[in-house]
Amino acid sequence: MDNYTLTLHNLTKLFGRRLIFTDINAEFKSGSIYGFAGSNGSGKSTLAKIVAGVISPTKGKVIHTLNSKIINSDNLHEYLGFVSPYLILYDEFSAEENILHFLKIRGIDADKDKIDSLFNDFNLYDRRNDLLKGYSSGMKQRIKFIFALVHNPSLLVFDEPTSNLDSKGKDTVYKIVEEEAKSKLVILASNEESDLSLCHETVFVEKFNQQEKNKK
Amino acid sequence: MKSYSLFKKDWQSELRTRYAINALAMFILVTISVILFSIGQEKISKLLTGGLLWVVIFFSAMSGLARAFVSEEERGTTLTLHLIAKPSTIFTGKLLFNIVLVYLMNISIVILYSLLFESFSIENVGLFFLAGLFGSFGIAVSSTIIAAIISKASAKGTLYPVLAFPILLPLILILLELTKYSINGKTIAASFIELAFLVSYDVVMLTASYMLFDFIWKD
Repeated sequence: MDNYTLTLHNLTKLFGRRLIFTDINAEFKSGSIYGFAGSNGSGKSTLAKIVAGVISPTKGKVIHTLNSKIINSDNLHEYLGFVSPYLILYDEFSAEENILHFLKIRGIDADKDKIDSLFNDFNLYDRRNDLLKGYSSGMKQRIKFIFALVHNPSLLVFDEPTSNLDSKGKDTVYKIVEEEAKSKLVILASNEESDLSLCHETVFVEKFNQQEKNKK
Repeated sequence: MKSYSLFKKDWQSELRTRYAINALAMFILVTISVILFSIGQEKISKLLTGGLLWVVIFFSAMSGLARAFVSEEERGTTLTLHLIAKPSTIFTGKLLFNIVLVYLMNISIVILYSLLFESFSIENVGLFFLAGLFGSFGIAVSSTIIAAIISKASAKGTLYPVLAFPILLPLILILLELTKYSINGKTIAASFIELAFLVSYDVVMLTASYMLFDFIWKD
């Protein structure tokens, strides 16, 4: 098992003058599921995006290490799988074409068996050649998990992973999250109790905004 | 190779959506038609047709080349690109796409132009070819980096030509000069300074774009 560690050091984020959170310090290690919890607008997704390197923090640092070696932010995409409702794939391609294009852009040879097995796991195998524009929102959410898992990343960041999913879809996601967490670092950003019940540890993002308000 | 895969994805996507190709084709047809109608039966000079050629190329480029990044931003797929490749791969892939598009666009414009304008005749084809080769590359590089900058803005359509004009102006001026030389039959050796300027512009823009793109791409 790879030893993936994610360290948040004095992480602060402001949008304009609005403080989202301040001074988050935490360390996450592979083999566990961590939760980012909080009400709507508390900054869960912002924190997830910062962890994924998609946006920068206003202050502080995010350090990713794999087997004690620091991962350069330019190469983070090789180690990261990300799912969120605001992640959008290409509607003009079929589900399988999307995945194959992404693998080629990543410079990874497509493993047909692995791709087929993921399509089977997420109950999309029969619809893999359909254009994405014909997919329902739940199906689009499921294809995002294939997108996040197909390159076998060491860090999985799932922001509201079960949005748009039916109960069968949710069960599949929970099963996969628990399976992946045996060897990987999994982060779930959600306000769904059923999602957070999988987590071994939870960061309540609101707490890091409230502290600042209390100081004032 | 990764950049080439991104280019292939973009090209396949373009063939299905016709996002940029249709805009470019329509713009080329419309501008050339307007010029033809406005000239009417007048006989215009060779040098004027050379100047008008670059007017058509500049505005056609403005209408289609911003799509490389703007279409990703409008469709909301920018985040997806962030998650699959490093910034330099993305820029190279998008640049390859724009280079192919600019060359196709310029070849079509020159062919249409030669067919429709009797007075458009080039004496030194070699010089015109070199000017087109390096000039088109410069247009592609500049358009790609400007597209990346404006894709985050709200008034993309207005901002693109406004921002592109001062950046492309030195390139267009030198291309006008080289087109004039090639129409007059001046030799390549005699146009060395202008050609050197053109190559220097390409190198400077390419270097600056790679240095700048990291900052534009990351929030």
